[in-house]
Amino acid sequence: MSNFTVAVSPHIKDKTNTSSIMRDVLIALCPALIASAVIFGARALLVTAICVAFAVGGEWMFDKIVKKPSTIGDLSAVVTGVLLAYNLPVGIPLWQAAFGSLVAIIVVKQLFGGLGQNFANPAITARIIMLLAFSSTMTAWVIPGVADTVSGATPLVILKGAEEGGTLPTITNMLLGLRGGCLGETSAIALILGGAYLLIRRVISWHTPVAFIGTVFLFTLLVKGDVNYSVYQVLSGGLLLGALFMATDYSTTPSTDWGRIIFGVGCGLITVLIRVWGNYPEGVSFSILLMNILAPYISKATRKKPLGGVKA
Amino acid sequence: MFSKTLHGVRVPHRKNTAGAAPERMPVPAIVTIPMSMHIGAPAKPVVNVGDEVSVGQLIAEAAGFVSSPIYSGVSGKVKKLDDMLMSGGQFVPAVTIETDGKQTLFEGMTAPKVTDLEEFIDAVRKSGVVGLGGAGFPTAVKLSVKDLSKIEAVIINGAECEPYITSDTRTMLDDADLVWEGIELLKKFMQVKRIVIGIEDNKPQCVSAFRTRCKAGDGVEVKALPALYPQGGEKVLIYNTIGRVVPEGKLPIDAGAIVINCTTLAAVAKYIKTGMPLVEKCVTVDGSAVKNPKNVIAPIGTPVKDLFEFCGGFKAEPRKVLYGGPMMGLAVPDLDAPVLKNTNAVLAFDEKDAVLPKETSCIKCGRCVAHCPFNLAPADIETAFRLKKPEDLEALKVNLCMECGCCAYVCPANRPLVQVNKLAKVMLRDYQSAQKAAAEMLKAKKAKEEENK
Repeated sequence: MSNFTVAVSPHIKDKTNTSSIMRDVLIALCPALIASAVIFGARALLVTAICVAFAVGGEWMFDKIVKKPSTIGDLSAVVTGVLLAYNLPVGIPLWQAAFGSLVAIIVVKQLFGGLGQNFANPAITARIIMLLAFSSTMTAWVIPGVADTVSGATPLVILKGAEEGGTLPTITNMLLGLRGGCLGETSAIALILGGAYLLIRRVISWHTPVAFIGTVFLFTLLVKGDVNYSVYQVLSGGLLLGALFMATDYSTTPSTDWGRIIFGVGCGLITVLIRVWGNYPEGVSFSILLMNILAPYISKATRKKPLGGVKA
Repeated sequence: MFSKTLHGVRVPHRKNTAGAAPERMPVPAIVTIPMSMHIGAPAKPVVNVGDEVSVGQLIAEAAGFVSSPIYSGVSGKVKKLDDMLMSGGQFVPAVTIETDGKQTLFEGMTAPKVTDLEEFIDAVRKSGVVGLGGAGFPTAVKLSVKDLSKIEAVIINGAECEPYITSDTRTMLDDADLVWEGIELLKKFMQVKRIVIGIEDNKPQCVSAFRTRCKAGDGVEVKALPALYPQGGEKVLIYNTIGRVVPEGKLPIDAGAIVINCTTLAAVAKYIKTGMPLVEKCVTVDGSAVKNPKNVIAPIGTPVKDLFEFCGGFKAEPRKVLYGGPMMGLAVPDLDAPVLKNTNAVLAFDEKDAVLPKETSCIKCGRCVAHCPFNLAPADIETAFRLKKPEDLEALKVNLCMECGCCAYVCPANRPLVQVNKLAKVMLRDYQSAQKAAAEMLKAKKAKEEENK
């Protein structure tokens, strides 16, 4: 009878694992994918497919080259691919999308040690690199609902008053996503639906999204004193996508509740600073990346006091 | 984040055996009784090979203050006095008795005379009762409180938060009288003003069994606690019943509390009432490999294979066998392992349940932090351990960890967090003793320098 397994307790385990979490994130991203296809056409699906293919392929290749067991089964590369695609304009040249995916996976994630070890959000960082490298194609916005592909300004550019004669879409169109922007960020309804799913499944906690969005709303209200303006600020750009799906990434954000609140508030403040006073119309990506750098320190500073612990 | 109760995890209950009264199994052919079934010094055998023993007869005496005597639960002949390998990895002396099946009662057995506190504690010591909830700490030592006024409340632990185990449930249902007598004894001799019976609310029949006995002004209350593992952990139970925190490095009594498992208390009451010491246990036999799970009353020392046999044997090949529940239970290497004083369950799992999923890399999700009852940061502890940084382990308070397993249970990356915490505690202990030794050396050196001046 020596074939018994002896192991340290616990001997049971709940059903959650890394790939089930990633699967939930992918399910939550589905409404936005459908919305993007409806709003921007089939090319949205093509861009997403390219991003996913190169993200997963890149991770597989990297693991092969460094002779490590393949980690693509955890589905995190798929999530990165989808999130990057959502942060690109629908007209992005496909080779640029592919390049961005490889940057996200290989440079930002795998070179830092792979899943859980990267300090910066791969999709966000890749988007910023692409914004700098391919400035014109990364800001060539397509306005949906208008015949053919007409380029135009995003609501944020219009809000900033940088483009003359631009008219803001109606609130209904903002909610549905019928506005200029990256392919996955425009439909507020689809994103909120996905975010609600993640909250219900307890994949994410409410702390970061509420703190992030709340800060943007209150700060812009403080600056302009116009509720309508603040509502547009919340619905514009990549705020909902960022607050619900990118600022809630585990590896690159604090792991404590208070830490998540601080992280969200910080993201909100930086976003508004850039949007209102900065050169760029959008600041969500920069704010998340900047806060990513602080995340480990926030985590450490907000660590809970052990019950009954006496200061050494 | 604003909650006042401690965190935990919702584990499956699987209390399959709660419904039926325990069955007494036939006397096993052989019992092996290790001398170390408690925390403290192993008991000293007082029988020799060839001696005839009977039920309730002393076979080993306590070897010190923190120790406990051991009595035979069978009648028969001592066959062997030998060292045996325990599940913990250490060798301890053990008495092997070949039974005669007659179960003759020991003649000299009488109920002890208990009239004051001293006699009460002495009776508890002689009863051979140790913490039956799992820890095995000698009950007499726990009750030896120098200043009785320090006791603000005695908490009767009927939480039974581990999946599968129902032996405490059966104690509370079948031996409620004994538990209540135990409560009366505590009130009488230890002058306890407040007694709280903590029971998880997944056992409503136990809650009501005691609620009906409580009368206004008698100082006894029943607290139905949410079924949130590890509700029955000593410090967790103290916090969730009377709201006290046991400080680091201190005992429950320093927070004004004594926690006694309900079965422990019943065993004490039984000895004081009848003179029958702790010689047998009600053990939950369950698990995916067991044919007919049930509660079995077995003499201490019964090999677990006899228990499984009594439960119809195995319906699938067992691949993992545990003492205790699946959250904190100890895996045993073979089926000859005996029932110990603190064995409340023996579980056998088939292939599917025996092997846990492979570990992957930590994704820093924070679930381990969110579910730790003591607010520890298991993921950070793991990092500090792997980087061999004992000073970080000290700051992270790894020594507070009670190894309840909530962190490992919820970890999506299947990290071996409990194992790491166990090892990290050893690393911290080594570091602290080295620090202490270094400090002493420095002091001695300075003293010498002073002398030479």
